[in-house]
Formats: sequence, structure tokens, C-alpha cells
Amino acid sequence: MKWDWSAVADFMPHFWDGLLVTLQILVIGSVISFVLGLVWALLMRAPSRWVTWPVGVITEFIRNTPLLVQLFFLFYVMPEWGLTFSALTTGVVGIGLHYSTYTMQVYRAGIEAVPVGQWEAATALNLPLRRTWSAVILPQAIRRVVPALGNYVIAMLKDTPILMAITVLEMLGEAQLFAREHFQFTEPLTVIGVAFIVISYLASLALRALERRLVH
Amino acid sequence: MTSGLWELVVRGIWTTVQLLVFSALLGAAVAFVVGIARTHQSRTVRFLASFYTTVFRGTSALIMIFWIYFVLPLSFGWQLVPMWAATLALGLTYGAYGSEIVRGAIAAVDPAQREGGIALSFTPWQRMRLILLPQAVPEMIPPFSNLLIELLKGTALVSLMGMGDLAFSGNLVRLALQESAEIYTYVLLIYFVIAFLLTRLMRGLEKKLKAGVGKEPRAGVAATRQPEATGVGGVS
Repeated sequence: MKWDWSAVADFMPHFWDGLLVTLQILVIGSVISFVLGLVWALLMRAPSRWVTWPVGVITEFIRNTPLLVQLFFLFYVMPEWGLTFSALTTGVVGIGLHYSTYTMQVYRAGIEAVPVGQWEAATALNLPLRRTWSAVILPQAIRRVVPALGNYVIAMLKDTPILMAITVLEMLGEAQLFAREHFQFTEPLTVIGVAFIVISYLASLALRALERRLVH
Repeated sequence: MTSGLWELVVRGIWTTVQLLVFSALLGAAVAFVVGIARTHQSRTVRFLASFYTTVFRGTSALIMIFWIYFVLPLSFGWQLVPMWAATLALGLTYGAYGSEIVRGAIAAVDPAQREGGIALSFTPWQRMRLILLPQAVPEMIPPFSNLLIELLKGTALVSLMGMGDLAFSGNLVRLALQESAEIYTYVLLIYFVIAFLLTRLMRGLEKKLKAGVGKEPRAGVAATRQPEATGVGGVS
């Protein structure tokens, strides 16, 4: 086992670049998955089967197939249809879409956990449907699901390296590029491996603190 | 698509299925060993087991695969056959997730059962084998079923290392035909069918195991991965 600290030093500037891209993917991907997941969850409550059935099938399909192949699909098929986006945009949309099929389940559980009395009170006060959702149901439902959503953010963090497959230079992409150029695989790959463990550990500590604050 | 290309896809399916079976077996072994170790009396054993879970759940499966493919041969001189390298990477990572399921299910068995075992002066191992596990295992099946789907999705990652699995054969066909919509749709559909069959299989297994301890399977279990409390090795 040979470990070369100078290779680590050489890799560090690339590491920070990669970390920045990873965090970008994570933040924008999370926002997409939170918004889209809520849209799916609300559509699943629509009164018509013509809405719930297609939404159910599509989200089930996305949830049960590999993100990697979905990214290939978006990356290679969309240009054929005349839609060209950068690799980063494609990747962020792909990962956000994939995780929205998980967050929709979280929202569903949160909405179902709102006591029936709240619905009845909204009816008794003659609130329109829009106000019932925006002022009564969702504020309570979303507060409940924040910790579960946070867990999916951490899960998403660990899926961001997949975006290297469509040429996005996030942490793993940077590490691989550096490894190929300098023929030093051990140091960059170990550095990012340790970085992932540290980041997800810190994130889960932060999440636990947040959970405690929400309970009180 | 010509028949030659279909043959390529079929060979890809076969590799994916093989990899899935091997890494599921390794993952299950790791999950039970680590999960049971986390209920051990000795502090040291518990610490080592939770350290393992923290490290392997904290990192990404894809980075693990890269590490085993590139760093292991260079630094330690261990060159593994691609299939075994992939099995090792996936089994160790997903086994760490599984160990949380095992630990949780054992902890959820009614404490009176454990106390009954102590009163009858069973040894700890007899308690585990004869009282706790037979009741805990059926409860593990639904979360294991979700984890198995995650593992199936994880097997696609090995195509990035040039292993000829289903996703890889999809890429080859795309290069051969210069056309991607059709082949990727097929590949996604095949993954979906495999996932569906796995869910059915696990549902049947759950029914059988629950009948063995006189319980009904829970109706309408949501087929989703539990949002795993990632990173920190739980509070034990």
C-alpha cells in the first residue's frame, strides 16, 4: 500500500470544484423532488380515476427502474426529440424526478396523518377547497414530514455520483478525471469516499437536531 | 432490432440476474451477521458492528464499486474477477442497510418473549435462534423486499465498469443502431418487470413465513423504501 500525500494535495482543487457541483445538484435536485413530489401526491388525491391511474403507473415505473438508465434515456433520447440541455441540467432534472416518486409517498403519509377533525372544521367554516389545502392541511402535513424528506436528501446525496455517467463533473467525475490524467487512483477515490462518509454523517446529525426542534 | 442484438440483451439480463442473486445472498449474510452483532452483550462487538454500518451506509454504492475495481488491485494487489468485485461492493453496501432492518425487527419482538427465554434458561444463542429470529424474520420481509428493489437498481451501476449487464447491453445496442428511444424504453421495461416479479416473490414468501408463526400478512403494504435514517448508525 503506497499513499502519496502530494497527490492528495494536487487533487484538492479539483475536489472543491467537484464538491461545489455535487452540492448544486443536491440543492436543485431536492427542490425539484419536493415540489414535484407534492404535485404527484395531490394528483393522487384527485377524484377521477383518469388522473390517479396514469400518475400511479408512471411514478411506480420511475421508482422501480434504475436512475442510471433513466439518465441515459434523458441524456440520449431528448436530443433526438430536439430538446438539448446541458449534462448538468439533464442530471439534475433526472435525479429530481426520480426522488419525487419517493417524496410523494412521504407527503401522502403526512396528509393522511392530519386528523379528520381538521377537514371537518374547514368544512364547517365554509373554507373554499384552495384555502383548506393551503391554510389548514398542508401546513400541518408538511411540518410532520420534514425529517422523512431530510432522509431522502441524504439518500439523494449518495446517488449524485451516478451523474458522472452522463459526463457531469461532480466529485466522482473529478476524481476519475484526475486519476486518468495522473494515473493515481488510490488517493482521489479514497478522498471522495471519506468525504461522502463525513458529509452524510454530518447531515444526519443536523437532521436529528432539526427533528428534535420540530418535536418541541 | 435484429436477433443478434436481442441475444446481447438476453445475455445482459442473465448477468444482471446472476449479480442480483449473488449480491442479495452476500447482502443477506452481512445483514444478519451485523444486525445480530448489534444486539450482542459485548460493547466492543456492538461498537464494531455499528461502525461498519455507519461507514458502509455513509458512502455511495458507486464509489464503493470504483474503489474495489481500481484501488484494491493497485494498492493491495488483489485483482478480483469483475463479477466478484461487483458482488462484493453491492453485497457489503446493501448488507449494511439490511443490518438496520434485522436489528429493528429483533428489537421489535415482544420483550416478554425474550424474558420467557431467560426464565427457561436458554443460552443467548438459543434465545436468538429458537425464539427471537423465527418471530422477527417474517416482519423483515416487507422492508427487505424494498431493499431488494433498490439492489436491483444498484446492479445497473456495474455497467459503468464495463460489466456486460442489462444497462450495458442497452448502451451497446444504442451504439450499434444510433437510435436510443426504443432500446432504453425496452431496458427500463425489463427492469420494471424484474422488479415486479421480485415484489410478487417476496409477497409470497412473507405469506408463507407469517403462516408459520400464525399471523396474517399486513394488507396493502406500501412498496416503498423506508427513508433510512442514513449515516449515523442508529441509537442502540
